[in-house]
Amino acid sequence: MNPIPEVLRLVIYLTCLILFAALNAAYLVWVERKGAGHIQRRIGPKEVGPFGLLQPLADGIKLMTKQLFLPAGVDPVLFKVAPILLLVPAVMSFVTIPFSETLVARDINLGLLMIFAFASVNVLGVLIGGWASNNKYAVISAARAVSQNVAYEIPMLITVITMVMVTQTMNLNEIVMQQPNIFKWYVFRFTASPLMPVAFLIFFICSLAETNRAPFDLAEAESELIAGAYTEYPGMGFGVFFMGEYANIVIGCAVTTILFLGGWQCPFGLAPGWWWFLAKLYLLIWTVVWIRWTYPRVQFYALLNLSWKVLIPISLVNLLLTGAMIKVF
Amino acid sequence: MSEFALSQTQETFVMNLGPQHPATHGVLRVKLTMDGEYVVRAEPVLGYIHRMHEKMGENRTWAKFLPNTGRMDYLHALAYNHGHVMAVERAAGIEVPERAEYLRVITTELNRISSHLLWFGAFVLDLGGFTPLLYAFDDREQILDLLEGVTGSRLTYCYYRFGGVYNDVEDDFLVGTKAFISRLRSRLPMYHGLVTKNIILIKRLKDIGPIPPDMVTRYGATGPVARGSGFNFDLRKNEPYSVYPEFDFDIPVYTECDSMARYMVRMDEMEQSMRIIEQAIDKLPEGPVKAKKVPKTLKPPAGDYYCAVEAARGSFGVRIVSDGTNTPYRLKLRSPTYSNLSLFEEASEGMLLADALALMGSLDLVIPEIDR
Amino acid sequence: MSGYFTELFTGTKSLAIGLGITIKAFFQPVVTLQYPYETLEMKPRFRGHIQLTQDEETGESKCIVCGMCQKACPTGCITVAGKKPEGSKKKALTRYILNFTTCSLCGQCVESCKPNAIEFSKDYNLASFDKNDFIFDLLKRLKEKS
Repeated sequence: MNPIPEVLRLVIYLTCLILFAALNAAYLVWVERKGAGHIQRRIGPKEVGPFGLLQPLADGIKLMTKQLFLPAGVDPVLFKVAPILLLVPAVMSFVTIPFSETLVARDINLGLLMIFAFASVNVLGVLIGGWASNNKYAVISAARAVSQNVAYEIPMLITVITMVMVTQTMNLNEIVMQQPNIFKWYVFRFTASPLMPVAFLIFFICSLAETNRAPFDLAEAESELIAGAYTEYPGMGFGVFFMGEYANIVIGCAVTTILFLGGWQCPFGLAPGWWWFLAKLYLLIWTVVWIRWTYPRVQFYALLNLSWKVLIPISLVNLLLTGAMIKVF
Repeated sequence: MSEFALSQTQETFVMNLGPQHPATHGVLRVKLTMDGEYVVRAEPVLGYIHRMHEKMGENRTWAKFLPNTGRMDYLHALAYNHGHVMAVERAAGIEVPERAEYLRVITTELNRISSHLLWFGAFVLDLGGFTPLLYAFDDREQILDLLEGVTGSRLTYCYYRFGGVYNDVEDDFLVGTKAFISRLRSRLPMYHGLVTKNIILIKRLKDIGPIPPDMVTRYGATGPVARGSGFNFDLRKNEPYSVYPEFDFDIPVYTECDSMARYMVRMDEMEQSMRIIEQAIDKLPEGPVKAKKVPKTLKPPAGDYYCAVEAARGSFGVRIVSDGTNTPYRLKLRSPTYSNLSLFEEASEGMLLADALALMGSLDLVIPEIDR
Repeated sequence: MSGYFTELFTGTKSLAIGLGITIKAFFQPVVTLQYPYETLEMKPRFRGHIQLTQDEETGESKCIVCGMCQKACPTGCITVAGKKPEGSKKKALTRYILNFTTCSLCGQCVESCKPNAIEFSKDYNLASFDKNDFIFDLLKRLKEKS
């Protein structure tokens, strides 16, 4: 049946996924700068290439040609390991993401679980990077990142449990197949629970917080902590962190798309395919960018209050409601 | 909050905030003794941009000090121009023509709006919001264009002269100013929608950084910091100078004492400044803009003179001691942010780092003015 | 409890208003000027560095070498020298040096000049790696201009 051996297929997929992550990181920076520019009524990058499209390339060359300098007093091993610890889980999570019905590196039954398992690892990257830097700002940032991630994993996972109760599966491709058109998208599946749109919002807010994006960018709060955990990182060390961050954003938005917005399915039943997946994905990413350039940063206790007093109670209510609905109907 | 701040048995660490730090907007260094993220003690260290303005003033003639005044508080340079020329005019007994006084009021108030706009943007930037800064700059740029057309410079103005102003304004400045006011009036609701009413901002500013009234009096804080703590104190009303008594305007006062109150005072002040400018343009009399009998070498009679104006950050006072020669015997400048910053150490005790920075932003510090 | 929901509602609404404002700005035209490609005309009163004015009849400087500008300058950045040519009663300008590194553009020299021999230039593209590039010989510049 399959002419390509499984090992070779996986190698090709992994190479493509790493390229996808790197390309996304580079061009999301461009999208972000261009978006920020126009939101602030200026142009943004425009000098390098048409519409500044080669700017990421120039930035990449700049980062790569810089010396990988080890500041005095850092832990040399941890300092080098940390960026990789952030990037690798992010790229690994791509393995189970179905870009289309067939375009998926490894269609495993516990795809959803795997992604969240890896998502919990990437906070270690920030923690170790901040700790190894031997910089007070970086340590504060690392501590912030960990407590934030712990606080937001709870409502996120409660929402995911709700979703698994509804979908009865953890296979991402199957979840997508259950949502063939816009009325069957889980965000509008009121027969499962009337709070589904709220669950979608909770999940989206949590993925913002998990990926340290504004307005939850406490770990990288540049007006307080310079660059947070990345303060001491030179050249490509910072570049890898950066790539990991953007890869995490892509993962967060991809999972949201798959769980709530029908993944690669067309909203109105026409030719499903990876293009729908990417369209939805980039729409969500654009929203993330848009949010970043609108709001000020939240305060730390406001962040925790939001998690414990708003998101967790509401997602628990949603969980109970969904359970009841499943039992009744 | 303070119950979290731990006792002295716990370990603390010292963190340097500055002299190069994004939140200090200049070369201010704050030596923070931290307990985790809590500020145990914040000790501002000054002097990184000390330029001896007072001593420079004592070594040159009265008129030669004029360009220096615009370089202390570079954001509200015209108020500093105003303070110095008024003090010398008072000492030398120079009468200022009415038209010149009106022009001084119009330009100072325009400058005040531009200063508050910049503060607004920079403050929200401190809180992590980028976009309002650029919107504020868009409006501020209009003011700078207007003032450039009159004074010839965009930031460090040197427009006022003893006995008047450098040159008269043209009609297009007055028309442009009116157009700008209607533009800013239509933009302010946008600022309030984007920033003031934003729940994240409210959570960050409400009840954060309280400055109780007794702390204001102990440290001699003035300006929006005092008015945000319930003091109805504004030199334009309390010790009227220039032609301010002829205008109808209010002094915004908030009694909440928190960062939000100081934020609101400045936002309301912009509206009041626009009212003053409108009235001043309507009432602007014809006539000369410079007094006729200003001697070339000014030698004010020996004596001790003090004159204070309301700058964007508080009362700016100029004390000159003349010994009857062509240079001051002593020139003492009272800059408002120096007092406003000195209360930071006490007010920030036990605060979270992010809150302490919100408090610092709400004080509206301009470092070259603190060090002088 | 009702306060909790009111705050939740007003908070969410305020966030939505903020998003509306920024997306509206996104579709509005940009307001910035692309500086090296587009430049602004300087205002008539723009204060650049000073330059000597030209006498329309003779093409020479109007300066009478009274030294008032030199005296009025707070930072002492102006150096004027002149001498009486043979058979003339008036002094003629031989040297006018402006040390622009210390000039604060206060305008007191222009104000003090009775014969209107100096004015502000509209030149603002001043950048150099060499400090000596800012020691302007204004008389030489005037001669180059004419």
